Amino acid sequence: MTETTETAEPSLDLLYSETEDDLRAAVRALLTDRAGHQDLLGRIETDSPYVPGLWKSLAGDIGVAGLLVPEKLGGQGASHREAAVVLEELGRAVTPLPYLTSAVVATETLLALAGESDAAAGLLAELAGGRTVAVLAVPLSTAPEAELPLGESVAAVADATAADVFLVLRADGLYAVPADEATVEPQTPLDLTRPLAAVTTGAGSGARLAGPDAARAAVRRGLLAGAGLLASEQLGLAEWCLEETVRYTRERHQFNRPVGSFQALKHRMAQLWLDLVGARAAARAAADALATGSADAPLIVAVAQAHCSKVAVRAAEECVQLHGGIGMTWEHPAHLALKRAKSDQIALGSTGRHQDAIAALVDLPAPA
Amino acid sequence: MTDAEELLVRTRKLLDEHPPATTDRTDFLRARFDAGLAWVHYPVGLGGLDAPRALQAVVDAELAAAGAPDNDPRKIGIGLGMAAPTVLAHGTDEVKRRFLRPLWVGEEVWCQLFSEPGAGSDLAALATRAVRDGEDWVVDGQKVWTSSAHTARWAILIARTDPDAPKHRGITYFVCDMTDPGVEVRPLRQITGEAEFNEVFLTGVRIPDAHRLGEIGDGWRVAQTTLMNERVSIGGARIPREGGMIGKVATTWRERPELRTHDLHRRLLDHWVDAEVARLAGERLRQQLVAGRPGPEGSAMKLAFARLNQAISGLEVELLGDEGLLYGEWEMRRPELVDFTGRDAGYRYLRSKGNSIEGGTSEVLLNIVAERVLGLPPEPRNDKDVAWKDLAR
Repeated sequence: MTETTETAEPSLDLLYSETEDDLRAAVRALLTDRAGHQDLLGRIETDSPYVPGLWKSLAGDIGVAGLLVPEKLGGQGASHREAAVVLEELGRAVTPLPYLTSAVVATETLLALAGESDAAAGLLAELAGGRTVAVLAVPLSTAPEAELPLGESVAAVADATAADVFLVLRADGLYAVPADEATVEPQTPLDLTRPLAAVTTGAGSGARLAGPDAARAAVRRGLLAGAGLLASEQLGLAEWCLEETVRYTRERHQFNRPVGSFQALKHRMAQLWLDLVGARAAARAAADALATGSADAPLIVAVAQAHCSKVAVRAAEECVQLHGGIGMTWEHPAHLALKRAKSDQIALGSTGRHQDAIAALVDLPAPA
Repeated sequence: MTDAEELLVRTRKLLDEHPPATTDRTDFLRARFDAGLAWVHYPVGLGGLDAPRALQAVVDAELAAAGAPDNDPRKIGIGLGMAAPTVLAHGTDEVKRRFLRPLWVGEEVWCQLFSEPGAGSDLAALATRAVRDGEDWVVDGQKVWTSSAHTARWAILIARTDPDAPKHRGITYFVCDMTDPGVEVRPLRQITGEAEFNEVFLTGVRIPDAHRLGEIGDGWRVAQTTLMNERVSIGGARIPREGGMIGKVATTWRERPELRTHDLHRRLLDHWVDAEVARLAGERLRQQLVAGRPGPEGSAMKLAFARLNQAISGLEVELLGDEGLLYGEWEMRRPELVDFTGRDAGYRYLRSKGNSIEGGTSEVLLNIVAERVLGLPPEPRNDKDVAWKDLAR
């Protein structure tokens, strides 16, 4: 059974287009202006870490919420490639926004149903315009191929406190439940920039969007897109960590030299850069495979997740360590990146889960 | 400017006039060189047409489809990848015309006389002397780690011409005739048991001044052309999934279920992911080159390749258990080319140890990445302005 490896892989476009560079510049300018690390440090211990009005500006004015949605369904008619660039920037700035949850996972789930269900198409248009935030009621750790949780109460749902609507998977299908018909109990998250909550919905609440089979397929598609594009968030985060560490170690003097001139430190940063070269290629590959609907997408997404999760955590850990004592302080934003990176490592499937998926896809089975 | 359409027309004309099935291999390759289809980005008359480098793929694909012979780039890699760009950039017109055609056709193999026993990573510390004598230079010294020296007709050589200058400024670059009676090549047996490299002893070797590349004392700068090209030459070709060392161990894993353990499975998957990511990064680098936006990722590819080869080949020996305790054969051979994934697992494991040393050690490359890509401050240097002859050795 070796035909999986013999198959010619489709050609992937791994570069950034000019449009994508322009989009990046617009998003970065807005985030720099409105959601800098100092702004975040002031907000993370309040009831809501979300910067007021930022979602409206990003989703409404720049139009990023509907990038995945075709124009005829009310979106921008762009693709996962552009959404990935937005996530790189949100990762760089560790921005608390329900982008991954609503504009990617929930949106992609609804896209799978929009052809069959008017209710799904209607909700999708609201999401695309940024007027409504929808969140899939599964734990943030759910991997694309994992056993999907059913039930009336689900813990560790990301961005639940920002949701207007929950997409709830039950035995008989997928339901859209308005947030005011659900009970949302905030939990204290490791990552202060991605709030978590337990969500409880009544058995009969909400409107049914799809039957059980279509619902499962749609949710898996949503989670796959989420996992694939999370790699771009991890890439952006790692990139910020490396840049900031290089900047700091060039300026910080000890032993009458910039600490960045010590070979032991230089090699660690060079190694990180090397990992980032790989992370960028893998994250771009995942975004492009999702955008083209490639049959290779589940494998490329798993590869990107397995690699980028590790790179982001290592970059954040190195950032803390190479900043010395400064890196341990609450005032320095390194901990925001570390908490996000560690939480992202578990989000949408841990490294081990993605490796198990790879083992099955490329026929490298575990021992009997 | 030559476009893809015109290159296809020229390629088909070459094939019409020299049908590969009935033309002698060397004759075909010479005709291809003369038609400007050898390396299309080279100048007219020197194997090229001043066309964009990326269009070489158009020519290569058309020739491959027609069953045309190739010039065996694996055997003449040093000539193609290192000597040719240096001759092109720094040679006189006469030197370019004399050397480039037989180099590309493969009639003349090249080797590189750079490293010395006392100057490896600190290449500029080299001690081989070249002293002017009339129209010639007389060279004495010893070089090491020379691949292909036993098959080479010519060598690129750097030697010290001014011991009173600081080490980077007293070096001059030459083309050395390997058939000169003062050149002695001895096999250097290595960790694998075979002798893929050589030691080269140079005793009173006379090199005409016409075979100097660049100015006297400017050899370090000329050598940079060679070294830059050495690192860029990696990453040009597309590699299929499981294309390198990982393919070997994956095949063993699939065919030998009795060898599997949970620990090895986890590590195999780690390496499989790393190999696939490295392949994608290489693909991205290739796309950047084609788009005319080369990045600094080339040095990253060599570092990643070295680390991966060592980790994967080490895992493979472990996976084989009792068989991993055995080794194919230790008999000394002098192979014509290097084959990283060839022979058995033990050979692959041992040979891969060289991947992090040859062509720039991983430590030196990490310094280059840190200083030139990331802009980190350089190491303090105490040898920069000291005459070479006054340095401690």
